[in-house]
Amino acid sequence: MTEIIVVTSGKGGVGKTTTAASIACGIARRGKRVAVIDFDIGLRNLDLIMGCERRVVYDFVNVIHGDCTLKQALIRDKRLENLSVLAASQTRDKDALTAEGVQRVLDELAAEGFDYVLCDSPAGIEKGAHLAMYFADRAIVVVNPEVSSVRDSDRILGLLASKTLRAEKGNGGVREHLLLTRYSPRRVASGEMMSVGDVKEILGLDVVGVIPESTDVLSASNAGTPVILNDDSIVSHAYQDAVARLLGETLPLRFTEEPRKGIFARLFGS
Amino acid sequence: MRLIDLFRRAPPSAQVAKERLRIIVAQERSARGGGPDYLPLLRRELLAVVHKYVNVDPDAIHINLDRAEGHEVLELSVALPTRAAGPR
Repeated sequence: MTEIIVVTSGKGGVGKTTTAASIACGIARRGKRVAVIDFDIGLRNLDLIMGCERRVVYDFVNVIHGDCTLKQALIRDKRLENLSVLAASQTRDKDALTAEGVQRVLDELAAEGFDYVLCDSPAGIEKGAHLAMYFADRAIVVVNPEVSSVRDSDRILGLLASKTLRAEKGNGGVREHLLLTRYSPRRVASGEMMSVGDVKEILGLDVVGVIPESTDVLSASNAGTPVILNDDSIVSHAYQDAVARLLGETLPLRFTEEPRKGIFARLFGS
Repeated sequence: MRLIDLFRRAPPSAQVAKERLRIIVAQERSARGGGPDYLPLLRRELLAVVHKYVNVDPDAIHINLDRAEGHEVLELSVALPTRAAGPR
């Protein structure tokens, strides 16, 4: 069975694409067959984060329009052979995506034997975001511990509960997970930033991961290597934990406390 | 005393953020609420009733709840099959 996971947030710039790329790599690293699709039509970016921008020949909209086969459009990752990327189109045509077209592509990926399909949603609540979530079984809601991001993600939760196939069919709805990014334990400790517990309480979601703020994220996107593949980074470990939880493991949260000063902090803190 | 005043001056900004969000999220949830909770069940039960008489496709039923000022409109549409598929 193929599981469809949407990575969504409402607000832009919170780390959806970074998260989609890293989670996709993380699941693929565990031996599952994974496809990750960029739904941000017109503003293609997943290919850059994945480091495959020069290998994009055909895109998602080409497949939907029948300009090429799905196999021709899927870009096989050079690092992980069971991971494929489907790039977004650069077209300005807002109606390029259709529900039927998206469904056809998802069905074909299922028939091809993919275990997981990750849908990287565009920001906002327009058509692209709607179609990215519509067929999802699960949702990773990416949130920064900051007021506008939390509020927007609550709007998204409302849409997940009403404007998705699972909600319409009434078969349990979409399973929702909270993933906090750009988390700064130091600022939480000083009362300048909402804590995991605060955001969890406001949104009423289970936490699948907390990703600490780190310069490693920018370095990774500069290089086109999803940050989860940088095993020296705590960001990678935080994403690996999130992947484990997504796949059903129970792990305590890490990197949510400010490292204590002293030799231990220097050894294990960063 | 002065030290305590320093701590009392203002609550930490994260606390303020949390309070503001708690209020706005509750408000926005109640504004959009109602629909998602019972609509799927309503849809399923209506489908079962219709299905007793006509062999309709599970996807043929559409329910929509629209809110306007002061009232709500429950819109329901069932696409019936062509004659050939006929009554059961």
